[in-house]
Amino acid sequence: MSPRSKPDRFLRFQGTEGYIASPALVDAVNAAIALERPLLVKGEPGTGKTLLARHVAEGLGLPLEMWHVKSTSKAQDGLYVYDTVQRLNDARFGDGNVSEIRTYIKLGAMGRTFAAERQQVLLIDEIDKADLEFPNDLLRELDEMRFTIVETGDEVAARERPLVIITSNNERELPDAFLRRCVFHFIEFPDKELMQKIVAVHHPHLESRLLDQVLLRFYWLREQSQLRKKPSTSELIDWISVLLRSGMSAEDIEQHIPFLGSLLKNEQDTEALSQYHESGGRYPREWSQLGPRYNN
Amino acid sequence: MFLDLFYRLRKEGVPVGIQEWMMFLEALEKGLHGSSLERFYHLARACLVKSETYFDGFDRAFLKVFRGVEGSLDLEARIREWLEDPRPFGGLSEEERALLERLASDELLKRFLETLAEQTERHDGGGRWVGTGGHSPFGHGGEHPTGIRVGGRPRSRSAMKVAEERRFEDYRTDRTLDVRQTRVALRRLRQLTRTGLPSELDLEATVDETCRNAGEIELVFRPERRNDVRLLLLMDVGGTMEPFYEPVSRLLTALHQERGLRELQAWYFHNCPYELLGRDARLLRRDAIPTGDLLRRLGGHWKVMIVGDAAMHPAELLEPYGNIDPRRMAETRGIDWLHRIADHFERAVWLNPERPELWDEYQTVRHIRRLFPMYHLSTDGIADAVRVLVGGLH
Repeated sequence: MSPRSKPDRFLRFQGTEGYIASPALVDAVNAAIALERPLLVKGEPGTGKTLLARHVAEGLGLPLEMWHVKSTSKAQDGLYVYDTVQRLNDARFGDGNVSEIRTYIKLGAMGRTFAAERQQVLLIDEIDKADLEFPNDLLRELDEMRFTIVETGDEVAARERPLVIITSNNERELPDAFLRRCVFHFIEFPDKELMQKIVAVHHPHLESRLLDQVLLRFYWLREQSQLRKKPSTSELIDWISVLLRSGMSAEDIEQHIPFLGSLLKNEQDTEALSQYHESGGRYPREWSQLGPRYNN
Repeated sequence: MFLDLFYRLRKEGVPVGIQEWMMFLEALEKGLHGSSLERFYHLARACLVKSETYFDGFDRAFLKVFRGVEGSLDLEARIREWLEDPRPFGGLSEEERALLERLASDELLKRFLETLAEQTERHDGGGRWVGTGGHSPFGHGGEHPTGIRVGGRPRSRSAMKVAEERRFEDYRTDRTLDVRQTRVALRRLRQLTRTGLPSELDLEATVDETCRNAGEIELVFRPERRNDVRLLLLMDVGGTMEPFYEPVSRLLTALHQERGLRELQAWYFHNCPYELLGRDARLLRRDAIPTGDLLRRLGGHWKVMIVGDAAMHPAELLEPYGNIDPRRMAETRGIDWLHRIADHFERAVWLNPERPELWDEYQTVRHIRRLFPMYHLSTDGIADAVRVLVGGLH
């Protein structure tokens, strides 16, 4: 590490023991911390976006607050909810102190991180699930890290700026004004080496030759541009489970791809591949038959 | 050189604005790039690019700016150069220039200038922008002979190598048609309206009314919100469209997965729509529908997407009896049918699978473009077309 003139003015993320962070990710996380900007994380499903937030929090030694966005979520929900129905109920049936509105104000995930005593990590998970306007509605709060509870006039302001991590599955485009404020990180699909480690977590006793053949098929499939839906990590893990349970060996999968259904979920894709096979198309036997990406 | 990157990015179609650029400078000012070009690369990408679809453009721009000079790069000098150059930001929009002026008075820029002055004075001890003692700026302490790589990190690759691999080419959306991303684009085909009978409990209004009613429950109902977009798809099949089977079928897959549409109808033609449209790609006569009937049946509010390469013999479009199928000869010219379609519907677009560079080489494409706004059959092109269909500029 080179000497710095402002040593550790901000927290620095290095990765944690159970999580191998790529250099690009480490740089992006540290940029988000230093610049006090939200970190927007995108990546294919199954690349561990949500897990990332957990490990960043752990790596920084900060508590994590999670806000799982749903299609019905509103920006307001993350700040606070005024439970008018409860209050009405209490007023009619004589329970609780109706005159104290504060009892009926409940802070949301974002509100709780602002109100917290010490710095926190806030995960806004799958922001693209909500309405198109959702991110824009949060701009001011993300910039200023404060908001006012209209009903009581109380202001909730963050003592220490939380680190905000936002994940998106690309279900929807995010508004430009929102994107401009974020530091962006894209989780690349795991390469061969990383994938071996991931597989080892789920199937620790997999024979290495079988694993090699399995990965060769898997990455080859992903390279086929005609596929409408590329198989992802979770499909690979499922496929290996099926192979193991049926007692397949490395030789068995050399000629064809058994249990294709667990890898390809689209009928047209399955058809395209069987056509390819029937018309004499070959599956690769060595990594050298794949692109340079797999051979260095 | 710095600014070069900015302009290169724009040239590559990466939408970089002043705000992103200032964020990047702030990051540099904080020394986040350490002393490695690899981290500089990550940092620039995280600050300047907000979508993986532009990563490839970023890689190309980065290579063009830094290839060949990475070993002898004096970043500090470059930054100074940038600050001293009085006319750095040509080609900006009015808005961006105003923003830049506002930012120039900003604390950040002031601090930035001060830091630089400070740096020049104690250049040797710095190691923040630049390496020490006149060595290669990013190399720092000879960690790497060409001054690119930082040692000690697992599987770290040089920025140049990462950029050179152009691993993100597949994520581009201006040349390819990805089903998933096309669905995202098609999702904009949405105009939500509340019509019909009030069937859904409006909770907020109910609470509101109940409060007004001094606590006596007052239920309020409203009609459900639903998408009002009806889409008519007209598709050219056979002949010159054969090579484009793949992108066209991807568009269809995406459309069929998009369940939000109120109604979707697809009809087929060969080269140009004439008096009959086919129910499927076989264009059987017994399944055909007269084009005139279709225009009478569908209201002008239907959105129209025509998919075809619009490339044919001029006579097929412009002469009477132009249909190349001799059994289907009829007097009305193809261009007249297209005129009727364009006049009848308020919003219609043409999606062309052919590369846009080649469009104007065909006389017929030039004619058809006068009637319909034409977009490339790629994820980006579809997104633009959808914008035209739901409103926006025609």
